[in-house]
Amino acid sequence: MGDIQFEIDGQTVTAVPGMTVLEVAQKHGIYIPTLCHHEKLEPFGGCRLCIVEVEDRGWTKYVVSCVFPAAGGIIVRTRSEKVDRLRKTILELLMAHAPDAPQLVELAKVYGADPNRYESDPSFCIHCGLCVRYCAEVAQKNAIGFVDRGINKEISFVPEIAAQYCNDCKACFPLCPTSYLQAAFVYAQAMTFPGAGHN
Amino acid sequence: MARLETPEALESFRQEILSRRDPDSPCVSICAGAGCVASGADEVIAVFEKEIEAKGLSATVSTKGTGCPGFCEQGPVVVIYPEEICYLQVQAKDVPEIVAQTIENKQVVERLCYKDPATGERAVKESDIPFYRSQQRTVLCNNIKIDSKRIEDYLALGGYAALAKALGQMTDLEVLEEVKKSNIRGRGGAGFPAGRKWEGSRNAKEPIKYVIVNADEGDPGAFMDRALLEGNPHSILEGLILGGYAVGAHEGYFYVRQEYPLAVKNIHLAIQQAEHYGLLGENILGSGFDFKVIVHQGAGAFVCGESTALMTSLEGKAGEPRPKYVRSNVKGLWERPSVLNNVETWANIPLIIDKGADWFTSVGTDSSKGTKIFSLVGKITNTGLVEVPMGMTLREIIYDIGGGIPNNKKFKAVQTGGPSGGCIPEHLLDLQVGFDELTKAGSMMGSGGMIVMDEDTCMVDVARYFIAFLTDESCGKCVPCREGLRQMHRILTNITQGKGKQGDIELLEELAETAVEASLCALGKSAPNPFLSTLKYFREEYEAHINDKRCPALACKELINFYIDPDRCTGCGTCRKQCPADAINGDKNLIHIIDQDKCTRCGTCFEVCPPKFSSVVKLSGEPVPDPVPEEERTIRKKTKEKG
Repeated sequence: MGDIQFEIDGQTVTAVPGMTVLEVAQKHGIYIPTLCHHEKLEPFGGCRLCIVEVEDRGWTKYVVSCVFPAAGGIIVRTRSEKVDRLRKTILELLMAHAPDAPQLVELAKVYGADPNRYESDPSFCIHCGLCVRYCAEVAQKNAIGFVDRGINKEISFVPEIAAQYCNDCKACFPLCPTSYLQAAFVYAQAMTFPGAGHN
Repeated sequence: MARLETPEALESFRQEILSRRDPDSPCVSICAGAGCVASGADEVIAVFEKEIEAKGLSATVSTKGTGCPGFCEQGPVVVIYPEEICYLQVQAKDVPEIVAQTIENKQVVERLCYKDPATGERAVKESDIPFYRSQQRTVLCNNIKIDSKRIEDYLALGGYAALAKALGQMTDLEVLEEVKKSNIRGRGGAGFPAGRKWEGSRNAKEPIKYVIVNADEGDPGAFMDRALLEGNPHSILEGLILGGYAVGAHEGYFYVRQEYPLAVKNIHLAIQQAEHYGLLGENILGSGFDFKVIVHQGAGAFVCGESTALMTSLEGKAGEPRPKYVRSNVKGLWERPSVLNNVETWANIPLIIDKGADWFTSVGTDSSKGTKIFSLVGKITNTGLVEVPMGMTLREIIYDIGGGIPNNKKFKAVQTGGPSGGCIPEHLLDLQVGFDELTKAGSMMGSGGMIVMDEDTCMVDVARYFIAFLTDESCGKCVPCREGLRQMHRILTNITQGKGKQGDIELLEELAETAVEASLCALGKSAPNPFLSTLKYFREEYEAHINDKRCPALACKELINFYIDPDRCTGCGTCRKQCPADAINGDKNLIHIIDQDKCTRCGTCFEVCPPKFSSVVKLSGEPVPDPVPEEERTIRKKTKEKG
């Protein structure tokens, strides 16, 4: 299989078939912001922050780079007026829930996002799914999952599983961009399995 | 009857069915579709059967409960063959008269026939009713002739002839070519050419492929797919088998929402019957082609109609869309090539194979071929399902077939394409209905919902309603859809409540752009349409709400007041007696007054005030006049002086 050549921000890059635009950019040291992406996990495509502009045979489209397959001859722009505007809105929407999350505060500076643009609803979880996916795909315990749908969706620990494994693992803790997960865990522990794991 | 081993055996079985049926003997067809059942069709059917038996006519007269013929407004619908006499709004008490008059004496019961509201003329035959006259019913027409529980009815009308033709005389490639040549575009949403979708799957490397029926219809007010599934399930099944043959799939799925229990039942039965006759299963009609069908009941989440979410749900996971840029026809269900078409698309396939692509393309516009079924609802005289050739104008559908807007109200807009479609205003009524034409107007074909709105409809409130629906139905996986719709809904609600601010329109536009460009699936990408199209055509209504705190349609509760015109009030007391909030003060011969502080703006007084007085008025954006001073409240007899 031959290498694929295309352009990111004016720089010619190479990839092998099957790579995503994000992977190629990261390999070449080109920065694209992400929130729900993790190299050990299956792509999720939920936060949409890694959106980029792609010009393909004269057509311009907006795609999320974490799942868009690298293809020969395409021209990728990681920043443009519109890309920045979309990222700014996404950040503002997330900051309505978690205004102080360090990652969001950092990115807000870059894109000029106003944390108070939209009515605040401090639920803190931004549904990136990193904890849920890590526990399912890497830890393979499924101690935490999403419940409900849409705007009512939230993360929830499964007490029976969490009581058994979570105290010794906690690998999801550092993944959470808003620290909500820890709070959810402590709460779940206090309510449903107090004392488990403590001697 | 045993398995049919060859196309010829199917044909002779068909002849046998026909020979057992005397085309001249009377048959009573009663619509047993959901709408008519709701108006009492089940009882009508039972009484017909009883009455026919009591009169000793059972041997010569047959009765059947059929699929929905579409004229739901006038149900229960009864059609008596062979004369095709059509009776509307038939109740159980009418049955003895129908049996005595029409069946025994061949006399028409005039009062049950359609009466033209304008001319008062009666229409005896179904095809003479204006609602049907302007339609072109190629897919829906068999519904009223079929008892969906009897495969014999479908066979008698030429059912499975297309399958026999395809398996007996055509290669799989020829079937595909015919469908491609027909230019049929998917009836479920965006209108992707079905033939090209099939070809993509056929050419995909992976040898195991699937064909799937998307029967997850969930648009508010739409029931086209439901009527076909319940009324003529074999036509969809035959289309699916043909699709399987053309793309090289040996397994097909019906993804049906659980809210359609009758559809689920009828499809199961259809599959069983088709298997029994060897029209499904192994070695179909002796051709060597194997095909099996599985029914999957969805939980009725609107997002599961989206192709990748539907497939994820079929796999047994939560129905969330997949973030992939590879089409489902190449990598779909279980990562295998999967052709997903909606109910109406599949139902068209047997007709295309049977009658040929040229027949199909003879109807329609340049880019949209064939007919399309619409569910015509809202502020329209004739509610129901209509099937028209593509290219018919909205005006013809709404006025010629739909009978226009009731109660002398003025047409305001028609919402097409389901919740994520758009509103088309009056000046575009002569727009031809087609995929590209509707998209150009800022709406879409969608699966064919058509909601007519009159002057009393507030377009900001309409946008709020549809965005609310989509906010509820969003799966919540991606930020622009989950969070963007939540904020859009909040801002729109504020505007309709008189809490709109300068800059709200721009904020909504920004959220709309983000949802359109950055959402994961089609639900999010198209969700801003109700807002964008109403802003495009009715911007002044948004501005009136925000700037003047006024609802021009007098519909938004928080922005209106009810007021009794002292010159018109006769002191009849109707409004006072029915006001649930005790907000109306008055007495016999005393002008009535509404206490604005107590009024909950429920509108009861407005609705009950007798039309000849029409003394209750709605006000918006203007102060409510002070109540009449006590000394002037006594009503003097002035009606006669005024004439």
